[in-house]
Amino acid sequence: MATTTAPTKAPGRGDRWAGPGMLLPFALFYLVFLVGPLIYTVIAGFFDASLLKKGLGDFAGLSNYTAVLGDDEFWRTLKNTLWFTVLTTVPLVLLSLVLAILADRFVHGRWFFRFAFFAPFVLPSAVISLIFTFIYADQVGLAQQAAKWIGVDTPPSWLGDPDWAMISIAAATVWWTIGFNFVLYLAGLQDIPRSVHEAAAIDGAGPWQRIRHVIVPMLGRTTTLVTVLQAVASLKVFDQIYMLTMGGPDGSTRPSLQLIYDTGFVEGRVGYASTVSLLLFVVILLVSLVWFALVRHAEKER
Amino acid sequence: MTAIATPPVTEQEKTTAGPPRRYDAERLFNRVALGALIAFALLWLVPLAWALATSIRPAQEVVTDPTNWFTANPTLAAYGDIFDAGKLPYWYANSFITSILTTALTVVAASLAAFALSQTRFRTRRAAFVVLLAGIMIPGQILMIPQFLALQSVGLLNTYWGVVLPQVPNVVAVFVFNQFFDGIPRELIDAARADGAGWLRTYRQIVMPISRPVISAVTIFVFVGVWNNFLWPLLVVTDPEMMTLPVGLTSVQDVFGVPYAQLMASAVLGAIPLLAVFLLFQRRIVEGIAGTGLK
Repeated sequence: MATTTAPTKAPGRGDRWAGPGMLLPFALFYLVFLVGPLIYTVIAGFFDASLLKKGLGDFAGLSNYTAVLGDDEFWRTLKNTLWFTVLTTVPLVLLSLVLAILADRFVHGRWFFRFAFFAPFVLPSAVISLIFTFIYADQVGLAQQAAKWIGVDTPPSWLGDPDWAMISIAAATVWWTIGFNFVLYLAGLQDIPRSVHEAAAIDGAGPWQRIRHVIVPMLGRTTTLVTVLQAVASLKVFDQIYMLTMGGPDGSTRPSLQLIYDTGFVEGRVGYASTVSLLLFVVILLVSLVWFALVRHAEKER
Repeated sequence: MTAIATPPVTEQEKTTAGPPRRYDAERLFNRVALGALIAFALLWLVPLAWALATSIRPAQEVVTDPTNWFTANPTLAAYGDIFDAGKLPYWYANSFITSILTTALTVVAASLAAFALSQTRFRTRRAAFVVLLAGIMIPGQILMIPQFLALQSVGLLNTYWGVVLPQVPNVVAVFVFNQFFDGIPRELIDAARADGAGWLRTYRQIVMPISRPVISAVTIFVFVGVWNNFLWPLLVVTDPEMMTLPVGLTSVQDVFGVPYAQLMASAVLGAIPLLAVFLLFQRRIVEGIAGTGLK
C-alpha cells in the first residue's frame, strides 16, 4: 500500500533544489546590481569615499549627513525636484483622465488618438530634448512664435528665464509621457461593466453626471496607481533637464539626481553623493507610502 | 385613489419629455468631446510634424524663416550631414546589440525566477518573493555610483556588458511573468510532472510555449526601455564608437551647434526605429502596459 505512492510525490534531491536553482540567475543579478549597491550606498554615506582613491576612505560618522542637510544646494535641488513633480503629476493625472474618458466614447478613431497621445512616449529622451531645444529656442522657436500669435508681444525666453525654465521642461514632459497614463486609464475604463453605464443612463443621468458620479469614482484604483507611478517617476527626473538646460539657468532647474551625478562623477565626492542618494530614496519611499496611506484612509471613510 | 392615479402621470411625463432631451444632451456632449479630442490630438502631433518638416528644409531657409512649415525645395541634405559627421551606424548597431542582449537575458532570468516563485514549492519561497518584490521600490538611478564602481573594478566600462548587465534585474518583469504563471491551471503542470518531466523541462516545453503573449509584452517594454535609457550609457560609455543612439544624439548637438535642420534630422533618425516598433506592436505595447499596471 505504502509502496505504491507515485514516484513524483517523493521529493527527490533535484526537486528540492529546483525552485532555488531556477531563482538563482535572477537572484544573482538582483544581489549584484540592486541589493549590493544599495548596501554600499548606505555604508559609503558614513565614509569619506572618493572616486579618485580606492576603497571607502576615512570613517566620517554623520559628517556627510550634517554637510548635506546644511547644504543650501541640496535643499534647492530637492525643491526643484518636488516642483517638477507637482508641475508634471497634476496635469499628467488629470489631463490623461479627461482624454481617456473622452476617447473611450468613440470606437472609431481610437487608433488615431492612441497614436497621437502614445507615440511620443516610446521615443528616447534625447529625441524629445532635440525637438524641444528647437521649439523653445529664442527668436526662432515655435513656442515664442505661438505666444506672439495669441497676442503676447514679448514672450519669455522659455528655457533661459529662471521663472519659466522648469515650467517649459514640465510641459515638454507632459507632452512626452501622457500616453502611458492615457493607456492605463483606457484599460481601467474597459474594466467598468457595460451594465453600469446602462443603469446610469436609464436613471436619467446625463453624460456629464455619469462621468462625475459613476466613471471617475470607479476609476479610483487606477487614479491611485497612476498618481504614485507618476510621482515616483517625476522624482527621478534627470534626462530631459540635463539635455535641455543642464540644470540652469542659474541652477533653477537642477534636480536632485543631477546633484548626485555632479558631486559623484564630476567632483568625485562619493560619500557625499551616497548620502544625497539615500536621502532621495527616503523621499521617494515617503511620497509613495504617504500617498498609499492617504488613499487607504479615504477608502475606509467611504 | 389619487395615490394610484398620480404615478402614471409622472411616469408618462418622464417618457415623453425625457428621451429627446437626453438624446440631444448626449449628441451635443459627443460633439464637444470629439472636437476637444481632435484639437488635443492635433496639438500633440505638432512637435513631431514640425521636426519632420524642418528636417527636410534647406538649411538657409531654416535660418531666414525658422518657423515656416513649408518649403518649395525639400531636401535630405541634413540627413546626409548627420551620417557624414556622426557615428550614426555605430550608434544604431550598439543600441540594437545592447537592447537585444539585455532583453534576452531579462526574459530568461525573470521568467525562470517567476516560474520558480509561482509553481515550485520550497521553504524560503514566500520570503524570496517578498524580498524580490520589494526591489520595485528601489529606484535604480540612485544606485548609479556603486553600480559604476562595480563595473569599473572588473573593467567593463566602454563595453556592451557594462551597458547590459545592470539593466537585467528588472523586478517588474518578474512581477508580470508571475501574474501570468499564477493563472496557469495547476493540472497542466501536475500532468507534465506526473509524466516524469523535470521542472526545467516543464518550464521549457509546457510553460514557455503557452506564455507567448506575456513574453512578447515583456520583450517589447524591456527593449524599448533599454533602447531609450540615457543616464546609464552616458556614464559607462565615453568612446564615441561604443555609444548608444540616445547618448550619441546628444553629441550631435555639440558638433552642429545651432543648425536646426540637422538637429531635427537627428531627432527624426532617433525616432524612426521606435515609431516603427510602436506601429508594428501597438496592441502588444498597450496590452503590456495595461497588464503591468493594473492586474
